[in-house]
Amino acid sequence: MSEVTSQHPHNLQHHFADMEQQNDSGIFGMWVFLVTEIMFFGAIFAAYAIYRSMYLPAFEFGSRLLDVKLGTVNTAVLIGSSLTMVLAVHAAQTGKRKALVFFLLLTMALGAVFLGIKSYEYYTKWEHSLVPGLRFAPTEALPSGVTVPNLEMFFCFYFFMTALHALHMIIGFGIMTVLVIMSWRGRFSPEYYAPIEVSGLYWHFVDIIWIFLFPLLYLIGGRYTT
Amino acid sequence: MLKVLTLPILAALDWPGIPLRPEPGSTIAEGVDKLHFFLTGITFIFTVTIFSTILYFAIKYRRREGNLKPAATKTIMWLEITWTVIPSAICALIFVWSSSLYFENSRAPNASMEIFVVGKQWMWHLQHPEGPREINELHVPLGVPVKLTMTSEDVIHDFYVPAFRIKKDVLPGRYTSIWFQATQTGKFHFFCAQYCGMEHAGMIGWVYVMTPGDYEVWLAGGAKGESMTQAGARLFTQYGCDTCHKPDETGKGPSLDGIFGKPQKLKDGRTLNVDETFIRQAITNPNSMPLENYAPVMPTFQGQLNEEQILDLMAYVKSLGALERKAK
Amino acid sequence: MSTAAVAPPRDSRVNYLNANYGFRSWLLTTDHKRIALLYLMSITVMFFIGGAAATLMRLHLITPGGTLVQPATYNKLFTVHGIVMVFFFMIPSIPAVLGNFLVPLMIGAKDLAFPKINLLSWYIYIVGAGFTLYAILAGGVDTGWTFYTPYSSTYANTQVIAAALGVFITGFSSILTGLNFIVTIHKMRAPGLTWFRMPLFLWAMYATSVIMVLGTPVIAITIVLVAFERLLHVGIFDPKLGGDPILFQHLFWFYSHPAVYIMVLPGMGVVSEVIAAFSRKRIFGYSMVAFSSLAIAVISFLVWGHHMFVTGQSIYAGLIFSVLSFLVAIPSAIKVFNWTATLYKGSISYQAPMLYALGFIGLFTMGGLTGLFLASLATDVHLNGTYFIVAHFHYIMVGGTVMAYMAGIHFWWPKITGRLYPDGWARFAALLIFVGFNLTFFPQFMLGYLGMPRRYATYPAEFQVLNVMSSAGASILGIAYLIPLVYLIWSMRYGKIAGPNPWNATGLEWKTASPPITENFEETPVVTEEAYDYVHMPPMPSSAALAGEGDANV
Repeated sequence: MSEVTSQHPHNLQHHFADMEQQNDSGIFGMWVFLVTEIMFFGAIFAAYAIYRSMYLPAFEFGSRLLDVKLGTVNTAVLIGSSLTMVLAVHAAQTGKRKALVFFLLLTMALGAVFLGIKSYEYYTKWEHSLVPGLRFAPTEALPSGVTVPNLEMFFCFYFFMTALHALHMIIGFGIMTVLVIMSWRGRFSPEYYAPIEVSGLYWHFVDIIWIFLFPLLYLIGGRYTT
Repeated sequence: MLKVLTLPILAALDWPGIPLRPEPGSTIAEGVDKLHFFLTGITFIFTVTIFSTILYFAIKYRRREGNLKPAATKTIMWLEITWTVIPSAICALIFVWSSSLYFENSRAPNASMEIFVVGKQWMWHLQHPEGPREINELHVPLGVPVKLTMTSEDVIHDFYVPAFRIKKDVLPGRYTSIWFQATQTGKFHFFCAQYCGMEHAGMIGWVYVMTPGDYEVWLAGGAKGESMTQAGARLFTQYGCDTCHKPDETGKGPSLDGIFGKPQKLKDGRTLNVDETFIRQAITNPNSMPLENYAPVMPTFQGQLNEEQILDLMAYVKSLGALERKAK
Repeated sequence: MSTAAVAPPRDSRVNYLNANYGFRSWLLTTDHKRIALLYLMSITVMFFIGGAAATLMRLHLITPGGTLVQPATYNKLFTVHGIVMVFFFMIPSIPAVLGNFLVPLMIGAKDLAFPKINLLSWYIYIVGAGFTLYAILAGGVDTGWTFYTPYSSTYANTQVIAAALGVFITGFSSILTGLNFIVTIHKMRAPGLTWFRMPLFLWAMYATSVIMVLGTPVIAITIVLVAFERLLHVGIFDPKLGGDPILFQHLFWFYSHPAVYIMVLPGMGVVSEVIAAFSRKRIFGYSMVAFSSLAIAVISFLVWGHHMFVTGQSIYAGLIFSVLSFLVAIPSAIKVFNWTATLYKGSISYQAPMLYALGFIGLFTMGGLTGLFLASLATDVHLNGTYFIVAHFHYIMVGGTVMAYMAGIHFWWPKITGRLYPDGWARFAALLIFVGFNLTFFPQFMLGYLGMPRRYATYPAEFQVLNVMSSAGASILGIAYLIPLVYLIWSMRYGKIAGPNPWNATGLEWKTASPPITENFEETPVVTEEAYDYVHMPPMPSSAALAGEGDANV
């Protein structure tokens, strides 16, 4: 246990014994939270897998109706935002306040690009009447083995999973906003940057969910076979 | 051996005035009861043992002048192991007994007479293949294995006959089945045992077990209606199935002669057996299972046919099963 | 001896209760002890709401024709009883009240790892409760607490979405509480407090938290899918649109089975503490009990299919779930034997906490053993969906967890409030609860085997005698639960001052004032002994000494 210095660190919350305990707890706590998120998304992934195995032609066809180009751009954008987040953490570790704010803002900007592209994708689905429950009347010719209800099932999962992911991104956005304000005010230093690190973990996790979503939704539609 | 010991207990259980079990009305009832009361015995023995040990210790080791501060506890590993191993062994015994009984009880004998059950909020329709349709009542002959093939029109229900010790959920969109062989004549409750809405408690009825002679009389005396096969044949024409499914293979669809019970190849490469589920799916969702060698042009009849009509068509198709298929 | 109730002089020292006053100091508190009391008040309200539903149900079931309420209302009553009792009473009870209060004290910390998240979890609970109360007042919900599809997703026309959202929101309260406990126990133990020196209550809290954290998200997403389906008329669980209603059951029970261990493991933790204190001995087989808690948490995730033996799932799936369900019974049996062995050569006192704890052991044994009937495939076919199941789970949840909760409340009441409650009344209430409970639920085992299905508003006349017995028991039980409410509230003003350690119990929580100061300890404690070091403690005071001079009840 490290010694409490004569100058009580003002970032030390009163219930912790020392900064080490506080930092450790914060990071461990975020990992536990991410485990709960894995279970949360895991359940919906499991349901998706089950229905895909039941209605393979419909799910493959639905997958082919998604825009792979936009999805790929989004994947690159999100991976890029994880990079900028790591750079933000590094800036915090090395005490570079302006770099920290810059990289946080860049992460937010990339996140905004992602959300913008996603909104555009949702809009095109609306235009093509592929929104389950609200406006679902596909005009495309359905290949054999594909029925309208089964296709609607695919799109239920598409919207539900990507919307859940987008919601997590929006929450991440809110967290970043708070961090930007705090960073600008100089609240972080090499001795105290745990909130940045912990938020970085969250952001990376949201990125990883997308890394699973993208192939599972966009790429496994039999698109690349004859 | 233990099973034999439970027999006198079972005899005592039928002491009138304090019923502890429903009348054993089927061939599997006694077997289930033996296991149940064996488990009751185990529960009783362990509960009494624990209760009396606690009581004994609580009195013998109560706080009093000479006994204010006990000595320290030591871990006794062999004791821990013993009381882990013995319960595990008992559980293993129960598992093996129960699972083999369950396996036995699940297999309908081949020569079972079939009855079709459709549950819907909040009543039961029971169809005999020969024609009689019953609502909330089921007449069956004594001593004959009966197989119930069941489906639901709407939500999940459950068909439960306590006297026969049988129960199975009745699901929308698919078939489940149970079987029984009645061993006593009389009337026995059946209940819906899966909550299904407002009148769940009203979705009950009676099974009437009759001697085979009486049953034949009842069957013949019932309202002169079509048998399921006849109803199915009528529907087959009424809904235009015969325009595509011609016996000489000149239609757009396959001939249904001889098709039941045989494997059928689908366009996506899978081979499925033509059973009840296959036929039901072909009628309600044909585009989900296009056949090899045939264009996927069959329309869906979901919403146009109710579950009972589908069962009638199924009976008709099964009746064609004995015929030979003419090659295309 | 005065017969008028004279309030003993107030303890003039500052503690967490009187450190500051006013609504804001309570509603914006981050003190885990105050949050525990906020939870205590909330879950007590919910308990009586759920209990009122049960009372109406049992009154209605006195006659087979059931004329007290309409069937539709009866269906809403059992649904409300289930939802409120499971999600708003049982799951939070011991963790959110006793866990929140005691975990930091028992590990020698000043608070949980994330005090603000702790307060947030209470607010989330309140919002969830709000949605559920709205659902009740705006017409009720009648799907059963199990929300089976397609009834709940397509056919019901009651407040399903509001109730589902209430459950969904409250799930996060559970998740955050579990998260807090896990991090706290890992990271904030006092110097010298190794894992195997921890009191068993902490092991129980830890195992419970693992289940909360892993299981709750699954039901959260499942219930949202049901709400989604209702709102948008899509077919995720509707067979007519290609959905699979059995998938709902798999997802639902994947959480809801481990959930029952969320409900019982904390109770077992309390029982370990109380048995040790009231027999003045270390719990026999401490490590076995600790490992059993973890084993139960792990295996509990593997048995959910035993709720679905009659759904038409394959026989082989049934076999696997059956064998695993037998396996999960073994660690619980180990605990029961260890508790019983703890009494051997102990020095046993019978204050109310001990009566409740001993009651737990007996009733949990019965409830647990009746679980074997249900793990066993051949008998489950007959018993599923009947009153046997109802009796089984009430033996464990009420005969088990609620008794353990009462044991804990009484045991730690002096620590929480600084006052002793009148033990005579407490013991009377405990015995009344025991009698009322058995009279209510034992007949239901018999009803179940005879074939009476559950969730029935009316029933065949031959089941009436057993139903009347059960309802008679329920009236006794209902009154019995009101008694502690009265004397516990009374004790807050008129109870004898408790002092730091009225039971001479081991554990860090007893080494500080009653009630504790806001920071819990004047100085961070250092632990040098094993848990339950009763050999070096003075004996349990006599009943007379606990009641004290000047008390009319001596």
